[in-house]
Amino acid sequence: MFNFVLLIFIYTGIYALMAVGQNLITGYVGLLSLTQAGFFAIGSYATAILSVTYGWNFWLTLPIAALIAGAFGFLIGLPTLRLKGDYLAIATLGFGEIVRNILNNWDSLTNGPMGIQRIPMVSIFGFRVSPYDKWGFLLLVWIFVFLAYLFYERIAKSRMGRALEAIREDEIAATSMGINTTRYKVWAFVFGAAIAGVAGSLQAVFILSVTPSVFTFMVSIMVLCMVVLGGMGNFKAVILGAFIIQFISYFPQLTGLSNVIPPQFKQVLFGVILVVMMIWRPQGILGRQQRGRLEKGEK
Amino acid sequence: MGSIAEFFQHFMNGLTLGGIYALIALGYTMVYGILKFINFAHGDILMVGSYIGLFIFDAIRGESIGPFTLLAFFLAMLGGMAFSAALGVIIERIAYKPLRNATRLAPLLSAIGVSFILSNSAAWMWGTKSRKLAYPFDNTPIVFKGVSITPHQILILIVVVIMMISLKLFIDRSRIGKAMRATSLDRDTAKLMGIESDKIIAITFAIGSALAATAGFLLALEIKVYPSMGTMTGLKAFVAAVVGGIGNISGAMLGGILLGLLETFGVAILGIPYGLKDTIAFVALIIILLVKPEGLLGKAEKEKV
Repeated sequence: MFNFVLLIFIYTGIYALMAVGQNLITGYVGLLSLTQAGFFAIGSYATAILSVTYGWNFWLTLPIAALIAGAFGFLIGLPTLRLKGDYLAIATLGFGEIVRNILNNWDSLTNGPMGIQRIPMVSIFGFRVSPYDKWGFLLLVWIFVFLAYLFYERIAKSRMGRALEAIREDEIAATSMGINTTRYKVWAFVFGAAIAGVAGSLQAVFILSVTPSVFTFMVSIMVLCMVVLGGMGNFKAVILGAFIIQFISYFPQLTGLSNVIPPQFKQVLFGVILVVMMIWRPQGILGRQQRGRLEKGEK
Repeated sequence: MGSIAEFFQHFMNGLTLGGIYALIALGYTMVYGILKFINFAHGDILMVGSYIGLFIFDAIRGESIGPFTLLAFFLAMLGGMAFSAALGVIIERIAYKPLRNATRLAPLLSAIGVSFILSNSAAWMWGTKSRKLAYPFDNTPIVFKGVSITPHQILILIVVVIMMISLKLFIDRSRIGKAMRATSLDRDTAKLMGIESDKIIAITFAIGSALAATAGFLLALEIKVYPSMGTMTGLKAFVAAVVGGIGNISGAMLGGILLGLLETFGVAILGIPYGLKDTIAFVALIIILLVKPEGLLGKAEKEKV
C-alpha cells in the first residue's frame, strides 16, 4: 500500500518532466503539440537499445536520449511550426502515431510489438538504484524534476521566455519587434522534446522493459491534462497537475476499488477535466505566473 | 502482376474507402469553414453513430434476409444519423459555444476532451469488443473481367454519391445553404444581414455529424464497430480535408477520394508495408502542408492584424 503511494510519486515525477516540456510549448508559446508520447517513446527506446544491444551505461544513454528526442523535436518542428495552431495539433498527433507505428514494425531495431526486455538497472557510484527500491528511485526521479524545474524556469525568465510569450500573445506584433518567431518556436519544441526524452529514459530503467503499446495517444493527453489542470505557463502548477492526474489514474488500485471502477472511468474523467477547465477556469488551478503585466482583456 | 485488371481492382477498393473518408472530411471542413476550428470529436461522433445504427439494425432486421432487410438497413442508418446529429448539436452547445470568443487553444482542448469522453464512455457502456454488422444482403463479389466488386462496395458508392450530390445542392441552392456560405465568409456581417449565426452553426454541426454517422455505418460493412474506430478514421479524414483545402466542400470530396486511392495504391503498388498503412496519411499531410498549405482547392489566406 505505502509502496503503491511511492509508485504514484515516481510516475508523477516521470510525467512531471514531460509536463514541464509541454508547458514550455503550450503554456509559453501557446502551441498545441500532441506528441509528448512520441518523444517519450524515442527517449525510452534510445536508452533501451543503447543499453541492451550496445551495452552502454545508463548515464551515457540519458544525454543521448535527450539529444535524439530533441533532434526529432527539431525535425518535426521545423516544417510543422510554420503551420497555424490547429494544423500543428494534427501534424504532431500524426507524428506520435508514426513513431509508434515504426516501433511496432521495425523488428530488427525495436523487436516489434514484443519490445525490449532486461534493461540493466541504473547504478550511481557503485550503488545500484533498483526499481524495487522505491525510495531510491523516487529520489533519483525527483532530482531530475527539480533540475528540470530550475532549468526551464530559467529559460522562461530569460530573453527566450519573453520572446515566447510575445509570440503567444501576438505573433505578428512579435515579428515586427524583430523576434525571429520560427527560430524561437523551434527551440521551444526542441527543449520540450528533449525533456520528454529524459522522462522516457527514466521510465525505461524503472520498468526495465519497453513496448510500443505504452506510448499511446493517451500519454500525450494525460500530459496535456496536467498542464491544463495545473495552469498553463506555470511550472510549479504543472507539477501539481502531474500529481493530481497520476493520483486520479491510480485511484482505483490505491483504494482497492479496481473491480468496481471500470478502467475507462479515469479517461472519461480526463476528458471532463479538459472541457470543464476550458469553460470555467482556463487559467488552471494555480493560474499563470504573473510578472506584473496587464492581463489580456479583450479577445 | 501489375495487370490492368489488378489496377482497376485497387482503384475500386480505393474509391470505396475514399468515398467514406470524403463523407467524414465534409464534416470537418464545414465546421472549420464557419468556426475556424477543428472538431476533434468528429471521429467519435462517427463511432457513436455507427453503434446506434448497428443497434437499430439488429433490433429491426429480423432473422432472414429479405427485401425488408435493405429497408431496415436504411432505417437504421437514418436512426444513427439522427442520433449523431443531435449529439453533435448538444456537444456544440455545451463544450464549444461558451468558448467561441476564448483563445484559439480553448475550443481545441475542449474538443479533445469531448473526444476522450465519447470514446471511453462507449468502451464503458458497450464494451471494447468489436461488433460486426449483419450483412443486409448476400455479399458474394461480382467478378467482371477479373475485377471483383462486392455488392457492399456498390452500396457504399451509391450512398456516398447520393449524399455528396444532395449536400452540394443543399449548400449551393437552398436558403440555409446560402446562409451557411455567408456565415463562413464573414460571421459578423452575416449576422448584421439578419442571419441567425447560432442556428446556422447548430445546423452545420447537425449535418456534419449526420454525414459522419453515415460514413461510420457504411464503414461498419467493411470493418467492425468498436469504441476507438473513430480516432484513426477521423484523423485520416481530417488529413483528407486539409489535402483538399480545409473549408472547401468540393475539396473535402476530392481530398477524401485521393487519400483513399493513395492508401490503397500505396500498399498494393508502391509496396509500403501494411503495418505502415496508417502513416501514409500523415506523410501526405506534412507534404501538402509544406508544399501547398491551403490545400488543392483552398484559397491562400493571409493573416491580418
